[in-house]
Amino acid sequence: MLRFTRDHEWLRMDGDIATVGITPFAQEKLGDLVFVELPSVGARFDTGAVAATVESVKAAADVYAPVAGEVTAVNEGLAEQPGLVNAEPTGNGWLFKMKLADPAEVDGLLDEKAYDALTSAA
Amino acid sequence: MSEPRSTGELKHTPLHALHVRLGGRMVPFAGYAMPVQYSSGIIKEHLHTRAAAGLFDVSHMGQIALRPRSGRVEDAARALETLLPGDIFGLPPGRQRYTLLTNDAGGILDDLMVSNHGDHLMLVVNAARKVFDETHLRSQLSQSCMVEPLLDRALIALQGPAAEAVLEALAPEVRALRFMDMRAATILGATCFVSRSGYTGEDGFEISLPAPAAEPLWDALLHNPLVAPIGLGARDSLRLEAGLCLYGADLDETTTPVEAALDWTIPKVRRASGERAGGFPGAELILGQLAGGVTRRRVGLRPEGRAPVRAGAPLFRTEDDTAQVGVVTSGGFAVSLNVPVSMGYVPPDAAAPGTRVHTEIRGKRLGLTVSKLPFVPARYKHR
Repeated sequence: MLRFTRDHEWLRMDGDIATVGITPFAQEKLGDLVFVELPSVGARFDTGAVAATVESVKAAADVYAPVAGEVTAVNEGLAEQPGLVNAEPTGNGWLFKMKLADPAEVDGLLDEKAYDALTSAA
Repeated sequence: MSEPRSTGELKHTPLHALHVRLGGRMVPFAGYAMPVQYSSGIIKEHLHTRAAAGLFDVSHMGQIALRPRSGRVEDAARALETLLPGDIFGLPPGRQRYTLLTNDAGGILDDLMVSNHGDHLMLVVNAARKVFDETHLRSQLSQSCMVEPLLDRALIALQGPAAEAVLEALAPEVRALRFMDMRAATILGATCFVSRSGYTGEDGFEISLPAPAAEPLWDALLHNPLVAPIGLGARDSLRLEAGLCLYGADLDETTTPVEAALDWTIPKVRRASGERAGGFPGAELILGQLAGGVTRRRVGLRPEGRAPVRAGAPLFRTEDDTAQVGVVTSGGFAVSLNVPVSMGYVPPDAAAPGTRVHTEIRGKRLGLTVSKLPFVPARYKHR
C-alpha cells in the first residue's frame, strides 16, 4: 500500500524499510526529467529535509524525506535513465529506500484516497 | 517536492484557446499565459523541431512599426541609429537585422529584430520589454517618427529542416527567401509578413499576421504531419543550444554588447573611424571596449557530469577558490546533445575555449569547460 505526503512524495513500506519516490502527479507537473541527484547510502534525514533533487529540462525541484530515517539504497538506474521517473514513477522510477527511525511515523502520512482528494483539488 | 506556482491574472495571445485545446500546459511568461509544453513533453518537442518542423506561438512579443514623418524610411533608419549600434541605414528593403538598444552606460535595454518594410521599419522586441521599448522610442524619436505598436497582430514561428517545404505549400514565394530576408505574402487570404529567421538555430520562418488570421494559419500548418506545436520549454532549450541570448538572463541593462560577445552586431560603419561612427547611447564606452577589451565576456560552458548548471550559479577559477569570478546566466539541458550546457560570464583570461572553471551546486564543486558557441551548429539557409 502506498502512502503519500502533501509535497507529492510516495512511500511504500516493506518491514521497516520504506521505498520513496515522487508521485505520477508530481512527475507530470515537472515534465521530462534529465537529471536526478540521489542521497548517499547511509545518509540520515529528518522528516522534511531535502533528500534528493529532480531536474527537468526547465527546472530543479527538491524531494523531501517523507519520514525520518537512514538511506539504505538508491536507484542507480536513474543516473543513465532519469526518464524512468516519468515513465514509471511508482515502479522502476523509485528514488531511494530508507530505514525508518520511527515506523509509527508512517501513520501520519496520507492514504491514496486522501492524496487523490488533495491533487484533484489542486 | 516543492510546489509549482499558480498563474494569476494573465493576458492571452490570439491562439490561447488552441493551446488549451492542444493540451498546452499554460504558465505565466512576461505577463502572458503561454504553453511551456504540450502533451508530448519538452524533450520530444525539442527533437521534433531539429528533425522536422516546430510551430511556436510568439504573439506575446512586441511588434512595433516605426514610421518616418517625412515618408522616407532612411529618416527612420537614421533616427533609430541614434538609439543602437547597428547598421539600420544600410539595411535594404526586405532585409532584417538583429540589434541592441543601449543606454548611456553602454548597457543593453533590449535585443530586437529590425526589418525594412520599404516605407517604414518594423521592430520585433521582447515581450517583457515591449512597454518600456515603446516609451523609450516615443520619448527619443517622436520628432522624426511615429511609434506604432501593432497590438492586433499575431506572430507565429515555424522552425526546423522541414519548415520550408511546409510553408511553401501555403505560400510558394517563401522559398526564395534567404536567412534574414523578409517579404509580404498573402497566406490563406491574410496579409502576412514572413521573415526567414527564428530563435532555434534552425532554418525557419517568423510570420506576422492579423490576429483573426492566426488560428486558421496555425491549424493549416499543424495539419501537415511534419509539424508539431512547441512550447516555451523547448524554445528555451533550442535557443540555448544555438548559443542565442535571452534578455533578462544573458543580457540586461548592466551588460554591454561587447561583454555579451555580440560585437558582430556592431558593423564597421558604426565603429571608430567608420562613416557613421558612434552616435548611439554609451558609444564611447562600447567603442572603447571594442578597442581596449572588457573585464568579463559571455561564453559557452559545458558542465562535467549530467547535472544542469542553471542561471545564478557562481563561477570560480579553481576547485577551492572562494572568490567568485563569474556567473552562469542561462543553463539547462541540451536535449540534442544529451548533456547539460550553460552560458555565463567569465573574466577574459578565462574565456578561451578549453579553459576549466568551477561552480558550486548543492554545496559541491563541479567543473565546467569553456566551450565554443553555438553548442549545436546553426542551419540557416544563406543561399
